[in-house]
Amino acid sequence: MIPINKILEIRNLHVTFSTYGGEVKAVRGVDLDLHEGETLAIVGESGCGKSVTANSIMRLIPTPAGKISNGTIRFKGMDLAKATDKQMRNIRGVDISMIFQDPMTALNPTLTIGTQLTEGVRQHQNLSKKEAEQRAVEMMNLVGIPNPHERLKQYPHQFSGGMRQRIVIAIALIGEPDLLIADEPTTALDVTIQAQILELFETIQKETNVAIILITHDLGVVAKVADRINVMYAGKIIEAGTREEIFYQPKHPYTKGLLQSIPRLDQKGEKLLPIDGTPPDLFSPPVGCPFTARCPHAMVVCEKVYPLRHQPTDSHYADCWLYDERAHTTNLNPKKEEMT
Amino acid sequence: MIRYIFKRFLMMILTIWIIATLTFVLMNAIPGSPFNEERTSNEAVQENLERHFNLDEPPIVQYFAYLKSIVTFDFGPSIKKPNDTVNDLLARGFPISAELGIISIVVALFSGIALGVIAALRHNGFIDYLAMTIAVLGISIPNFVLATLLIQQLAVNTGIFPVATWQSPMHMILPTLALATGPMAIIARLTRSSMLEVLTQDYIKMARAKGLSPTKVVIKHALKNALMPVVTILGTLLAGILTGTFVIEKIFAIPGMGRYFVESINQRDYPVIMGTTVFYSAFLVFALFLVDIAYGILDPRIKLHKEERG
Ligand SMILES: Nc1ncnc2c1ncn2[C@@H]1O[C@H](COP(=O)(O)OP(=O)(O)OP(=O)(O)O)[C@@H](O)[C@H]1O
Ligand SMILES: [Mg+2]
Repeated sequence: MIPINKILEIRNLHVTFSTYGGEVKAVRGVDLDLHEGETLAIVGESGCGKSVTANSIMRLIPTPAGKISNGTIRFKGMDLAKATDKQMRNIRGVDISMIFQDPMTALNPTLTIGTQLTEGVRQHQNLSKKEAEQRAVEMMNLVGIPNPHERLKQYPHQFSGGMRQRIVIAIALIGEPDLLIADEPTTALDVTIQAQILELFETIQKETNVAIILITHDLGVVAKVADRINVMYAGKIIEAGTREEIFYQPKHPYTKGLLQSIPRLDQKGEKLLPIDGTPPDLFSPPVGCPFTARCPHAMVVCEKVYPLRHQPTDSHYADCWLYDERAHTTNLNPKKEEMT
Repeated sequence: MIRYIFKRFLMMILTIWIIATLTFVLMNAIPGSPFNEERTSNEAVQENLERHFNLDEPPIVQYFAYLKSIVTFDFGPSIKKPNDTVNDLLARGFPISAELGIISIVVALFSGIALGVIAALRHNGFIDYLAMTIAVLGISIPNFVLATLLIQQLAVNTGIFPVATWQSPMHMILPTLALATGPMAIIARLTRSSMLEVLTQDYIKMARAKGLSPTKVVIKHALKNALMPVVTILGTLLAGILTGTFVIEKIFAIPGMGRYFVESINQRDYPVIMGTTVFYSAFLVFALFLVDIAYGILDPRIKLHKEERG
């Protein structure tokens, strides 16, 4: 599949939260591109800003604490960062939908599945109750829920976790969005159900050609479904590339670290290496590369200046000084060990 | 659901029976009970009493006669008011008390919920602080103090409202205010905190992600869930309002049931005490029964629970 039309283009996105402790710089200049019908995975450790990025696209960051302080989010010719609440309401559920991590809490316990499935389209497309229910039944068939007619009248507690996630997906898809943002959609599910849900994503994408942003810290999931991968660290995307590029030619030491920390079936017995240390404090993030403190190859420059972009192919880049021609060549760049 | 209601109904009957029995035992246990002492001056009343309560029979027979009188809703004659039966007093006083109580609980519910929701939506804003200040005051000032203050300021000093009694809607405002403020404050605080919690839930975010309008999100998705805890404490609040009517009726000289009840205790008018106690307990237990049913309707999880077990 060759993706052609770009449907989402994020440039230099900054999101901050004002808290009692000060200003948290959760997202610090994210660039992101997404094409029709493709699956983009955003991976990274907990707290690196994946959810905040996703919520910014939907403009669902909690206000007044959180705000998009800079940057553009181009979607279908509109800048979502500056859209009005009313414009956003017409985009949510219709053009862009979202799926959340925990299906046990994403459904309202006091409303029937039917109501929760249909209320979006009923509001946006003025469908009658019957038409909307017809659509809901189609959706439930698509996501693989048996007896949809009876199930419509039931409440969330009458469904298993996997079934609920299917319903959440059905709710997200009923408005026929062009973009589906899935924030850790399988993290709360057990392994067999995870696999089923991932398969479901593939089926859905084939049938609807929806573009998917998949947020996860499970690289196993990424390997299965992603076309392209963005690796995020401390509020920045530090490496981006196709699945093959990231898995077979990772450039950034952080990406390499991530890959070493996952178990692999084909390399039994090999030791897993977790990355030492913790991500930097986002109240006062470092000026240079945020990974410096944990990086085995850190140089003096890393701490002082944010790296220039290294771009081995059109689809692949990494923000890292190691690939600069000056690296390791002169006396100006001693290794970290000598530094400290 | 039917099963659930039926179970609750049985529980209600059982509770009323226990209360009635306890009342009977206690009344028999206190010295100076009409069951063993000559305390009335009026021969006719004495005879009526003896007939009604079978005073010449052993206690167990008296007990069954007493249960029968409850089931048939015939609480016997009053000792101090020879011309009245307890039923007469109830028929005269209860409608007024009920009016005061119901108006108060309705006012408390609606204003409390509205205040709580607005405070939650304007979390940490000026309106939030104002509403919560009012709520704290409302909770900490006892209703009889508030009643006296209201009478002093709004009736005696300025003459906007009548000082006492229960005649026109104007008469009803001050007693209602005095009685409803406390429960309103409790409801407001509870609604606010539970609303704040519900608003952070994933399903609210999900509702917003569907592109629903803020009003729809709040009313359809948040409010129903946020009101569960309010429904739970409604029973306690009802009990509070019920006892509150006694005090407020006394202060505002409202001719409700409260006056007869207080008088009957002062004058040791045992049939009236027993009749009103049982009547009020039954009333309260019935109200709690309704609250339970309301809870079952609001929360679909309850139905299944009961069906699965039953
Ligand atoms: N409402 C908020 N108020 C203050 N800070 C916040 C808020 N939401 C997120 N943050 C901060 O923003 C940073 C990024 O959070 P985010 O939820 O995007 O992480 P994440 O990458 O999704 O992590 P996880 O894998 O745990 O979901 C975190 O450091 C967090 O402390
Ligand atoms: Mg997250």
